Order: sequence, then structure tokens, then C-alpha cells
Amino acid sequence: MVTFNLLILVSLAYVVFLFAVAFFAERRAQQGIAGWMRAPMIYTLSLSVYCTAWTFYGAVGYATRSGLEFVTIYLGPTLVMIGWWGILRKLVRIGRTHRITSIADLISSRFGKSTALGVCVTAFAVIGTTPYIALQLQSVTLSFDAFNGPGRADEQTLQSTAFWIAAGLAIFTVIFGTRNLDANERHHGVVMAIAVEAVVKLAALVAVGVFVVWGLGGGPLAMMQTIEASPMADLELQTSRWIGITFTAAAAFLCLPRMFQVMVVENADERHLGTASWAFPLYMMLMSLFVIPIAVIGLDLMPQGSNPDLFVLTLPLSQGREDLAMLAFLGGFSAATSMVIVAAIALSTMVSNHIVMPIWLSTQKDGATVSGDVRHVLLRSRRLSIIAILFLGYIYYRLSGGGTALAAIGLIAFAGVAQFLPAMLGGIFWRGATRVGALAGLSTGFIIWMYTMLLPSIGVAGVFPDAWMQGGPADLHWLRPQALFGIEGLDPVVHAVFWSLTLNTAAFIIGSMLSFPSPLERLQGAQFVNVFDHSTGPRGWSHTGAAAEDLMMMAQRILGPSEAQQLFQAEARRQGKGVDLPDPSPEFIDRLERELAGSVGGATAHAMISQIVGGATVSVQDLMAVADEAAQIMEYSNQLEAKSVELENTAGKLRDANEMLTALSVQKDAFLSQISHELRTPMTSIRSFSEILRDGGDLTRPERAKYSDIIHAEAIRLTRLLDNLLDLSVLENGQIDLELQRGTLRQVLDRALASSEAATEGLEITLDVTGAEDVIETDLDRLTQVFINLITNAAKYCTAKEPHLRIRVHEDGPIRHIDFIDNGTGIPQASQSLIFEKFSRLSDQAAAGSAGLGLAICREIMSKLGGEVRYLDGTGGTGFRVSLPTGVNIAAAAE
Amino acid sequence: MGKHVLLIEDEPNIIEAIKFILSRDGWSVDTHSNGANAIERVQSMRPDLVILDVMLPNKSGYDILRDLRDNPMTAKLPVLMLTARGQTKDRELAERLGVNEFITKPFSNSDILASVRALAGAG
Repeated sequence: MVTFNLLILVSLAYVVFLFAVAFFAERRAQQGIAGWMRAPMIYTLSLSVYCTAWTFYGAVGYATRSGLEFVTIYLGPTLVMIGWWGILRKLVRIGRTHRITSIADLISSRFGKSTALGVCVTAFAVIGTTPYIALQLQSVTLSFDAFNGPGRADEQTLQSTAFWIAAGLAIFTVIFGTRNLDANERHHGVVMAIAVEAVVKLAALVAVGVFVVWGLGGGPLAMMQTIEASPMADLELQTSRWIGITFTAAAAFLCLPRMFQVMVVENADERHLGTASWAFPLYMMLMSLFVIPIAVIGLDLMPQGSNPDLFVLTLPLSQGREDLAMLAFLGGFSAATSMVIVAAIALSTMVSNHIVMPIWLSTQKDGATVSGDVRHVLLRSRRLSIIAILFLGYIYYRLSGGGTALAAIGLIAFAGVAQFLPAMLGGIFWRGATRVGALAGLSTGFIIWMYTMLLPSIGVAGVFPDAWMQGGPADLHWLRPQALFGIEGLDPVVHAVFWSLTLNTAAFIIGSMLSFPSPLERLQGAQFVNVFDHSTGPRGWSHTGAAAEDLMMMAQRILGPSEAQQLFQAEARRQGKGVDLPDPSPEFIDRLERELAGSVGGATAHAMISQIVGGATVSVQDLMAVADEAAQIMEYSNQLEAKSVELENTAGKLRDANEMLTALSVQKDAFLSQISHELRTPMTSIRSFSEILRDGGDLTRPERAKYSDIIHAEAIRLTRLLDNLLDLSVLENGQIDLELQRGTLRQVLDRALASSEAATEGLEITLDVTGAEDVIETDLDRLTQVFINLITNAAKYCTAKEPHLRIRVHEDGPIRHIDFIDNGTGIPQASQSLIFEKFSRLSDQAAAGSAGLGLAICREIMSKLGGEVRYLDGTGGTGFRVSLPTGVNIAAAAE
Repeated sequence: MGKHVLLIEDEPNIIEAIKFILSRDGWSVDTHSNGANAIERVQSMRPDLVILDVMLPNKSGYDILRDLRDNPMTAKLPVLMLTARGQTKDRELAERLGVNEFITKPFSNSDILASVRALAGAG
């Protein structure tokens, strides 16, 4: 007797074996030596996720109830593989070209990346799949129970078994389903494990079948007779059910999320479909070959009331063949786990891509710009989704009580996902299909499916009251869930499938015809429908050499020849390929993409790489992303340009400043040189004459007096020069404090004339004054200084025979002009601007005895007082004009 | 009678001082106080020595020196330069132009006298 514990041990060992297989396959794939793992036979075997525990165990039970009808479940996919090969090829091509990640992605992408459709399909898929996952959990726990002898293990143990199975599957799926976020969503490890499980399933069923036919049935011939004699032979074939269920199975085969996952998403090479088109029907034929014998012998040998759904397991057990039973158990275990794993991966992809990500992105204010960030969120949401989906399945199993109600779930789920069919096929064959149509069709189909199939199945006593089932809601006869529009007599399954799909299709077509597609929808529609015109043909991994060459050429163009050469050679060395081109292993392609992204942006790099490696065409999204990048680059370059203009301006300013400093430095040198000269000249006289006096000798008294006078005069000259210099320096540095006083221009003029009386002997001065009595407020002493300077200048430099100075005061609005005009020779125009510069002397300095600082000082003073002094041209002599603003308010205040 | 010295200088007090010093030592001193016509004055006077100020009205002492050196008649004429701008580059410029002696103002009377004697006295 196999104990419960041993069974657990064997299951665990098997699971560990699967982990090892998946790990090994993943490792090989990462090293880029996938080779035989991408063989068409692996692909074909992976398609066997179609055969779940429901078909593994349930087909026998189905046969005991309905005879050959179970064959329809295999017939549908067979028809698809053989007859609808074109559809599959188109799906696979679209999937690869547009990097479709799930059936929700397919439908949403086709209809203009519609979020609503993505959410819809995802939700329906979860609703349709959860009971199915529960069914798998149930079948595994039931098989545990059967092994133990029914009723031996208590309810508690069974439920915890189911829980641990769910948890184990969650771990496996999280590890191998979200190991990396491949752009193509391929999971080599998982596919490999599924393929191994497919072999175990088939081997187990065939082994049991062989044992039954030859061991128990007495060989094929005897077996045939037994079958003929059994009551099952009398079961009538209902044509409508046959057609209905075959069609439903065919539709489900195309639309089931897990089938889409293995068939389209995990497909590595379109040509694998060719092999699968004959190999997979063969696989299903082998799976179904021994169903009837097992059913017949089971009914014959097993005690009345035993569950025919478990004959595969209990029949060998009852015959003492525990080894066979163990194999059968592992076969069922494989069937259940492979379905759950793939379904969880497919659903988690859909949930995270179409529900979690849109929500997350919309909560990100600035939009997710950091791709690593998105990756992180995506992976985490993927993992959480897997755990949630499996937990949901477990909860459903617990709530449904694990009863027989689950047995019907298989077909119901098939009919549910079949609702995707119109939108999917319409999307890839009819350009006129629109988002509105797809939404209308899908929702119509699902509502009718729920109303006619799902809800009634939950139990007549459950959701719908009996009266409702019999008489329709609110006595609306035509709304009876199993006889819509008064059409009675149809089998409930056929009825539900017929109405849901018919109305679904009708709503889809009408909705599409009444609505207008958006531009993006139209583009996507054309791309999907005409996928064979737009995309390149199959180009598998066998052409890696060519791909590597193409990659090299592209990399050279973008990175530059030497950089690309270096990159490829380093990789080739790492792969041990010497001078050959390296294999385009996933890591290498990843790295290359990153390198290229550094130069041309992420979206562009990705589009180019996938064009070469995956043969994918550049999609509209890619183009938009590329355009975005280009815009960003342009923006960046604009900014750079602005920066460079700014820099140029700054450099210009610096240049100007430097020139100014240089000029100032030159000026300073000239100034120092001038000062040196102005100081040394009087010093020279003083020293020389003082030496003469000191040496004594034969100097006459008048000589002595004269030389002493010279020394004295030069000393005074020196002192005055120093005074002026200090004065100018203070004025120029702006360090002076103006002593504001009130007075009239008349007072200032009088004071200036009085002070320069000694110096102006012989100069006739006339005053011509108006408005000089107004009170002004300014630094009166400084103004006096200016006036004295101008008056004494006239006295010094006027060369007329009868020198004459006219001082004129007149008003010009708020300005007072004070003109000093003599009858001298005037100053040539070219020199007029020079006279205010320091040390500028036009006439013979000997006559002046000054260093040429006077006018410079005047100019500084007037500028400090808010006025100006300038040369007055055209006066007939030498003229200067002092202009001073007189604040009206000041004048008024003084009155 | 001593030799002829031409003093080209525009500052009257300095003219007076140098004239006094040299005359007392027996030199005959003529003066010219403008840059213009200085060359002509030299050529007509043919002095044994020229004392030349740098900062003169109309024509600088450097220009005058260059013209003197360019003319074969005066190329060898001893020239003593006086300047109130005592920077090194002034001295360098003067030496490049072929000055015989360069004295910075203010000077000591004995220096002037010694230089004049050295330059013209030997002959």
C-alpha cells in the first residue's frame, strides 16, 4: 500500500525534477546555446497544456456518461491545427512582429492600444480561468485521496494539500515565469518543463491504456468486443452537441490565455507550426486512444458508485499495480500543474500589463521616464499577480466545496474564452473592425455567457430561483436562461454557445460598422490584417550568423567602427569564439542595445535590434517612441545652442572686460609716467638750485635771491600738484562727501571772483546774469572751486592783447547754464574732447605752470553735483559751459 | 673758450640751472626749447654736445635722437639725454636709439658736469 507520505515524497521529487529541468533550460537559453530546446517538437509538446487534468482524468468520466462525445474536445484543436493553420500562422506572425504579450495585448493593440479592451479581456480571462485552476487543484487532491482509499484522509488534510500545491506552483511560476522581463515574454525554462510534463502525461495514459487493453481486456480484438457489448455503445450521438462542442473547443484552443501563451508568445519560429500541425493532433489522438477501453473496463471492473473521473488512477490501483497508478498519478499531476503554471504566467502578464501598469503610470505625475523603475514595478506586479491568481483559484476551490459542480467547469470555461474569438479573428482579418465593435461584441458575448451558462451552472438553487429558470425573469418567457427568445429543445451548452457567440459577433459587426476608428486603430488594423505584407518571413535562430553580421554592421554605423569592433571582439573572446563574430546571445544583445541606446536613445535602439534579431517590424508605437526621442534630442540640442550663444556672449563680455582692464592698465602706466614727470620736473629745479646755493661760491646777491625764489615757486608748484592729484583721486573714487548748502549762484560767483582776484589781474570780467538769485542746494564750495578754475584758466591761457572774460548765467527750464567765454584763440575742434583729460595741456606749459589737472577736476566735480562742464564751441573765443540742474522744489522750498 | 653745448629743454628753471652750472665750468651753452626745428638748430650750430630732454613740445626727444643718428653729419655727435620719466624701458629705448649718456631728473649738478666733461671735454 502506497502511503500518503510516500505519495507526497514522490510528488515533491517530481517537482524538484521539474525545477531542475526548468533551471537547466533557462541556463542554456541565457548562454545563448538554446539549440535543440528550440526544436519544433518542444514547441509541439508545450501545446499540450491544452490537455489538463480535466482531459487526463475527466475524458474517461466523460466517455462513461456521453460515449464518444469526449472526442470533440480533441477534435476542435485538431481541426484548428490542420484546417485553420493559416489563422495560427497569422497570429504567430502578428505576435512576433508586434511583440504581443498576451491575448489581451493582441486585442487591445489591434484596436488602437485600447486600455478599456485590455482591461475587459483580462477581467474576462481571469473570470474564465479561476474556476479552471480550482478544477486542477481539485483533481490533484482527489487523486491524492483516491490513492489513499476514499475517505481515508480527512477534509482538513485534503484542503491543506490543495493549499500547498497552490503555494508550490506559485513559487515555481514566480521563479521561472518572472525570471527576466524578456521583450518577447519567452520563458524557456517553463516551456521545457511543460514539454517534459507532456511526455509524462502521455506516457502515463498510454501505459495505463496498454495495461487495460492487454492486461485486463485480453488484447485489442477482445477489447473491441467488450466495447461493442458495453452500454456505452448504445449512447446516441447528438449532432448539435457534437458540432457545438467541437466548435467551442476549437475556439477555446485559439483563445485560451494559456494556449495563446504557448502557441503565440512562446513561439520561437513560425515554422514550428508546420511540425505542430501534424504532431499535435497525433499527440491528442494518442491521448484519446485508450479513453474508451479504460472507461469500459472501469465500468466493468470497478465497484458500483466509484467515480469514473478517477478510473485512470483507481483501475490499476484496484488491480494491485501501484507502479502504474503512481505513473498515472504523476501524469495527472503533470497535466494539472502545467496548466496552472502557464495560465498563471499568461494571466499575470495580462493583469500587470493591462491593469496594474496603467494604474501605476497614471499615479506617476511626471510619467515614468526611468525604465529601470518601470521594470521593477512590472516584475513585482507580475509576481504579486501570479500569487493572487493562484490564491484566487484556491479560494474558489475551497468555496465550491470541491464538489461535482467543478466537473462542468471545463466546457463552461471553454465557452467563456470563446467570446474572444470574434474580436480576435475580426481584428486580424477585417480592417473595418473597430474598438467600439470589439467592446460591444465582447461585453454582449460575456453577458449572455454568464446569463445562460455560468450562473445557471453554479446551481439551480444558487443564483437563479427555479421559477426564473422555468419561466424567465419577471415572467418574461423569452428571457429564460436556457431558452432565449423562446427557442427550446436545444442542449444548454449548444444553446449558450450559439446565442452568446451569435450575438457577440452581431454586436461586433454592427458596432464596427457604426463607429469610426481612430488613426492609430486604422494603422494597427492595416498592420495586423496585412501582416504578411509588412513583416519579414520566418527567420529563426538558425540564422544567427547572419544576425550577428547585421548587428555588427549596424553597431559600426552607430558606435563607430573601432568601438563596435572592440565590443564584438570582447564578446567573441568571452564566448571563446576567437576571431569569429560572437553569437547574439540574449545578454550580448541586451548589452548591445544599451550601448546603442546611449547613442540613439532607448526606443530607437530597441526597434533596430529587434528588427535584426527578432525580425520584428517597427511598430507605430516604436515610431512614436523614436519620434519622442528625436524631439527630446532636438530640444536638448536647442538648449545646447542657447547655452553656446550664452557662452559666446559671456566670452565676449570677458573679452571686453579684459580689453578694458588692459586699457586701464595702459592708462595707469601712462598716468604713473605722467605723474612721475610732473613731480620730477619741479624737483629737478629745486635740487639743482639748492645745490648751487649750497655750493656757495661766487654768487651775487641778486642771483641768490632769484634762485631762492625759483626754489620757492617750484616747491609751491609741487604742493599744488600733489593737492590736485589727491583731490582728483578722491573725486574719481567717489569717496567725497558733498557738503550740501543753500545759496544763490550769485553768491558762488562773487566768492569765486574774490578768490581769483590776484590771479586775474589784467583780465577784464563782465557779468551777464539772470536767474542767479534763485536758491540752489548743492556743494557750494566745490562749485566755487570749478568757477575759480575756469576763471583762472582764462587768465592764464587767454592770449588776446586785451584779455576779456564774459560770465553769463541763463535758465533753460530746470537747468542753469553758466558760460565762461573769453576772447582768446579758442581750442581746435579735434582737441576739445582732450582738454578734460588728466595732464592734457595744449599750450606751452611754461606759461601755465600747472600739470593739466584742473579741467579734469572740474569735470569730476560737476559730475558729482549732477551737472556737467563742457567746451562751448563757436563763441569766437574759448568758452566753457557749466550746467547745473536746480531742483524746482528746492527753489520753492527756499522761498 | 670752452666747447659748445646745445641744451634742448623746455622747462625754463631747468634751463637756467644747467646753463649756470655749465657756464661756470667754462662751457658755452645755447638753448632751444621746442622739439620743432631742433634738428635744424643742431645742424646750424654744430655743437660739441647736445643735452636733450625727452618730453618736449611738438617732437619728442627720442624722435630727435633718431633723426640725429640717421643723419651722417650728426651720427657721431655725443648726446646726453635727460628725462623725468625714469622707467627702465625709457632708458632701454634711448640706448637702442644710440644715446651716449642717460640721466634721470632730478639730477645732481656734479653728475651733469661729469657727464658733459666725459662726453665732450676730452676733445
